[in-house]
Amino acid sequence: MLNVIWVGIMLISIAAGAATGKLEQVTNALLGGGEQAITLALTLGGAMCLWGGVMRIAEKGGLTALLAKVLAPLMRLLFPGLDPSGAACRAILMNMAANFLGLGNAATPLGIRAMNELSQLNPEPQSASRHMITFVVLNTASIQFLPTTVATLRLKYGAENPLNILPAVWLTSLGAAAVAIALSHLFALPNKKPQRQASASRRKAKA
Amino acid sequence: MSGVKLVSVWAVPVFVSLVLVVGVSRRVQVFDEFLAGAGDGLRTCVRVLPALVALMTAVSMLRASGIIELLVEGIAPAAGLLGIPPEIIPLALLRPVSGSGALAMLENIYATYGADSLAGRVASVLQSSTETTFYTITVYYGAVGVRRKRHTLAAAAGGDGTGIVLSALAVKLLLG
Repeated sequence: MLNVIWVGIMLISIAAGAATGKLEQVTNALLGGGEQAITLALTLGGAMCLWGGVMRIAEKGGLTALLAKVLAPLMRLLFPGLDPSGAACRAILMNMAANFLGLGNAATPLGIRAMNELSQLNPEPQSASRHMITFVVLNTASIQFLPTTVATLRLKYGAENPLNILPAVWLTSLGAAAVAIALSHLFALPNKKPQRQASASRRKAKA
Repeated sequence: MSGVKLVSVWAVPVFVSLVLVVGVSRRVQVFDEFLAGAGDGLRTCVRVLPALVALMTAVSMLRASGIIELLVEGIAPAAGLLGIPPEIIPLALLRPVSGSGALAMLENIYATYGADSLAGRVASVLQSSTETTFYTITVYYGAVGVRRKRHTLAAAAGGDGTGIVLSALAVKLLLG
């Protein structure tokens, strides 16, 4: 799906740029996009190293296992069939905790770790597993308790009470996440069987 | 405000100290484990890079092309029917594709209409309760080499759409 969207975005941009007389800007963006990505990766790289290291200490110290134990019922609900005390669940929980507190820089590297763990449980590594989809959708819906960046900006622009948006933010983010997760389960229904068969035949082929 | 500031200042140091203290008290080789974890982080970063280049190139082309402004004009009447202020449509369109773009747009809305205007409030809620969907999908799947993303994008887009409609509704209901 991203194949079509990626090509679509590029071609539409070129066509629209030609139509609106902004073709030169589009060309500059085309040539400069890679540089931007490398800069972002370098910034992200520092955070990934830091949080990868901190989380490994948390894991060896038994902190993540404790969190997993406390939140096991929630995890059973969101990720049915996934071992609530397993490495994948622990990584997912750390990512959710970081998101919840609005620590975006920590959430991404932790989320990627969770994807790595889920990938090891995936019988078809090229294709997204059911739990991966739930997890990614949970992240795109962003359940945030404390939107620190927005609150800071609102204060800067003279909002009377920068935090009066909080109840509306909670309602919206929970509602959007609920719809996204419901959709991810709904769309999964017709796909369930073929996936299981495919993984079974793979196992047979290996044997 | 001071409550938020307190949490945002203390969250990271408290969390890191907790991890370190528990680690040391349980006799974890903290330095060696940190290095091992940091190495994993760096390898993942390199694995994500190609996908990041592809995505960011496409998104910056889209922003440069002026098509978002064209789309806003087309969508505004329909959005009005749903109770969505037309001023926030550029933000709603940018939010899923560009984090820095959306933040710039948010500042623009605050500066033009005020942080406490209807548009300013809806924009605040929208920005806080949605994510850079395309970036998240690209980075997460890129890191583990998944090609077939199946219905991820459809479900995520459904959530984003819900977020846009709900943010206008929630502001009306809770902030009147």
